Amino acid sequence: MRALDRKLFRDLWHMRGMALAISLVLVGGISTFVMSLVTYQSLKVTQERYYDRQRFADVFVNLVRAPESVAEQLAALPGVNQVETRVVAPVNIEVEGFGDPVTGLINSLPEFGEPRLNVPYLRRGRLPAPRAEAEVAINEDFADAHGFEPGDELVAVIRGRRKQLDIVGIALSPEFMYAIPPGAVFPDYERYGILWMNRKALATAYDMDGAFNDATFSLQRGTQAQDVIDRVDQVLARYGGLGAYPREDQFSHRFITEELRGLETMATIFPVIFLGVAAFLLNVVIGRLVATEREQIATLKAFGYGNFQVGVHYTKLVLLITSIGLVLGAALGARFARGLSNIYQEFYSFPYLQFRLDPMILLQAAVVTVGAAMLGTAWAVRRAAALPPAEGMRPEPPPTYRATAIERLGLQRRLAEPTRMIIRHLTRRPLKAGLGILGIAAACGILMMTNFQRDAIQWMVGVQYDLSSREDLSVTFTDPTPQRAVYSLGAIDGVTHVEAHRSVPARLVHGHRSYRTAVEGIAPGGELQRVLNAELEPVPIPPEGIVLTEYLATDILHIRPGEVLTLEVLEGERPVLEVPVVGTTRQYLGVNAYMDRAALNRLMGEGPAISGARLAVDSKLQAEIYHELREMPRVAGTVVRATAIRQFNEMMEETILYFTFITALLGGFIAFGVVYNSARIALSERSRELASLRVLGFTQAEVGYILLGEIGLLTLAAIPVGFLFGNALTAYVAQAFSSDLYRIPLIVSPATYALAAAVVLVSFAITAVLIWHKLSRLDLIEVLKTRE
Amino acid sequence: MAKNVVFRARGLRKVYHMGEVDVVALREVDLDLYEGEFVVLLGPSGSGKSTLLNILGGLDSATSGEVWYSGHNLAAANERELTAFRRDHVGFVFQFYNLIPSLTARENVAAVTEIATEPMRPEEALELVGMGQRLDHFPAQLSGGEQQRVAIARAIAKNPAVLLCDEPTGALDSATGVVVLEALARANRELGTTTVVITHNVVIAQMADRVIHMADGRISGSERNDTRKPAAELSW
Repeated sequence: MRALDRKLFRDLWHMRGMALAISLVLVGGISTFVMSLVTYQSLKVTQERYYDRQRFADVFVNLVRAPESVAEQLAALPGVNQVETRVVAPVNIEVEGFGDPVTGLINSLPEFGEPRLNVPYLRRGRLPAPRAEAEVAINEDFADAHGFEPGDELVAVIRGRRKQLDIVGIALSPEFMYAIPPGAVFPDYERYGILWMNRKALATAYDMDGAFNDATFSLQRGTQAQDVIDRVDQVLARYGGLGAYPREDQFSHRFITEELRGLETMATIFPVIFLGVAAFLLNVVIGRLVATEREQIATLKAFGYGNFQVGVHYTKLVLLITSIGLVLGAALGARFARGLSNIYQEFYSFPYLQFRLDPMILLQAAVVTVGAAMLGTAWAVRRAAALPPAEGMRPEPPPTYRATAIERLGLQRRLAEPTRMIIRHLTRRPLKAGLGILGIAAACGILMMTNFQRDAIQWMVGVQYDLSSREDLSVTFTDPTPQRAVYSLGAIDGVTHVEAHRSVPARLVHGHRSYRTAVEGIAPGGELQRVLNAELEPVPIPPEGIVLTEYLATDILHIRPGEVLTLEVLEGERPVLEVPVVGTTRQYLGVNAYMDRAALNRLMGEGPAISGARLAVDSKLQAEIYHELREMPRVAGTVVRATAIRQFNEMMEETILYFTFITALLGGFIAFGVVYNSARIALSERSRELASLRVLGFTQAEVGYILLGEIGLLTLAAIPVGFLFGNALTAYVAQAFSSDLYRIPLIVSPATYALAAAVVLVSFAITAVLIWHKLSRLDLIEVLKTRE
Repeated sequence: MAKNVVFRARGLRKVYHMGEVDVVALREVDLDLYEGEFVVLLGPSGSGKSTLLNILGGLDSATSGEVWYSGHNLAAANERELTAFRRDHVGFVFQFYNLIPSLTARENVAAVTEIATEPMRPEEALELVGMGQRLDHFPAQLSGGEQQRVAIARAIAKNPAVLLCDEPTGALDSATGVVVLEALARANRELGTTTVVITHNVVIAQMADRVIHMADGRISGSERNDTRKPAAELSW
């Protein structure tokens, strides 16, 4: 090894603390980059393969009822490759030993052979045998929630008829990776199941013999989904078609796509922050190293080393530090990616995971990291390379200090000498002090973002369930039902309050923009379902006109109150209606349109029909109420609020905790990296000065104050800046993650601020201990002996 | 004594701009250095000795005037040419040794021999200055005199045409200084390297072939010693 390379390794060993701190920050950037992109790619590949193998459909449609002969008509439509007609039926399920209401969805399987589309992926057991009348396969999440295995039994109530079913298989489907019961917002594996059953048996039970109420399509290559959708809607209009929709709008697919988009966002913000901080730290550390090695550089040059060689020498050092971070970061990132992919796999019920560690991602990480490091150190390295040797031989001129503005204001009498030293030292290089503050602030911001997600989700849930949907139970009917059903619900013992609502599926159109959702007709002055204004106060639903969720109005439809919205109703006679928009409502989960129930009934040209009801109940009588509801023939589903919230919180804890853990760890890396390096550099720059003070009789504590006081001041100054930065960052994330599925409110709790500040302060405390230890070993004689 | 001129300087002038003040470090200096001679440059601090040495060694360039090194005008040379000149022909010894602290004695010398064209082995150079026993010690493990001898070994290891020493004993006590001077004299004698030693210590002048006095940026006088006194006999 060349002598100069030996110097390199020994220099590195000498500055190992600082190098390690920088490497840790780099590790943060690289690992989040690798983790996000590898997870993204792996899931993407898995998703594609899964969709492909299970022949996930391109277009979906529900309808009221069409004779099977219509299938041929659909198959003949231009652009259609395969059609699968199905009978899909809502069911109530009875699970022995489980008192809560359980609902589900039964999908028909062709009597013979595999389904053409949406093939269930069999985990255990088998699919129902041909002609078997009482065999079902059930989805794995539901099975696991109740410990069902092939051979077990359950009871399904289809259209009011109880049917004993044998579970023969446990399966998964790309259609139900994120399965949500009707009327609910979150998955509930215990209380919602997906079942597959032979077509004949299901059709018989559901009165759909020789008919279908659901169809899925795959398209020929190069076909525009919209063209097929239009044709399908035309054909099915007279059969009560509810409007075909493309895979992009399929709920389960939508949700996963949003989640993947989030990963992509992660893959940009975090690395940018981490690498920015790392570049700054490298700049400071290499800059300082070049300053301390001035004479060595000059000596090397005196002996004939050229500018280029000196430049290469320091560049190598930067690359060495960088590659430590790169290797550790890539390894850690790949590990995190495994963990995260597994969590996603489980969360979204992927049957398998095609974990893929693309070397291109690692290469990208390397290029970006090395680029950032080079950029960060270009100035310092250039300064080393260009140092004229004769100048390097001379000691650096004493730094110029000025009285600070604070002192000029006449406050100096209040400041002791050490404090003045601190202030003058900081103000002498305001840029460096500023960048130091920014670095610590970045850590603070990242830490805030970590906890913000939890705050925001709790807020969302609070708004949804405490302010907006305040029922204990909600009941959905299979079909629009006369309003008098309210009385039979109200008559159940223990039901204290009933509010009925009418829900009409529709396409909302404004200009060239449109959105499929349900128009909710709600009771004016309702206590259980309320519409909230921007201040989250309940507002009465206007007697005429339609109220839209803010996001739906501004971001999707670009419509303002006062303008007229077109409603293409997707049920019944499928009327196309015009309704004025009269207001907007704040809502974080999903997007909807609301009307006065009576106004909606009038608009639909129908009597006082309802689609469901929200109930307030006496909790002591819940079990009896469930039992009664289960016996009511038209009740399609019942959702229990308390369990929905609990379930959601549990689910979020698990995924978010993983993120929280990782980002908190990495945020800590940044905080420590910046604080420790700043302190360490200050110690190196000022050891002479501090040793001189010790010789003059200052105690170690007084000297420590000068040094740590400076860093402490920077740290304190950084915390409010960090809060601002954290707020900006959370605003960006909230913005980036907003979709029609949910909007993340910009809510940061005091605890989040406190935690971010605490981590930064702990980093300072650890640094202080390390620096104190170094100060105690300051060799007074040796420091003063070296040349000035 | 050989009479080949190694360095020829004519009308050398060096002005430093310090803010609004111009400081003249050298005023019209003419100088010839001959092959193999041992020259002591004597003068008080601020007399311009170091500036002259730096210009001769290609570390600095003159504001005006010419410096010729065997047919090359250093005054007209660019950065790259000066680097090559230093690499191939000049050895420096500094007052504070300027060893690389993270390299051992042997490695400090190797750092220079690795880029030189016809160097001796680092061990050989260290042997020549009496440091053959302490090859693997780091600078921090060596005394000042030992460090300076390593620095001399580093300077001579490339077989330079000229050895330029700026106050080589300035930081050393008399006894240690003598050992260092002996090493310099030995290199001069055995390798025939032209050696220029800057000092304000008049005693050292006794070991020179020629003594040049500097004051106020000018050469104020020059004399030739008829007999060189061995370094071992010096003391101050």
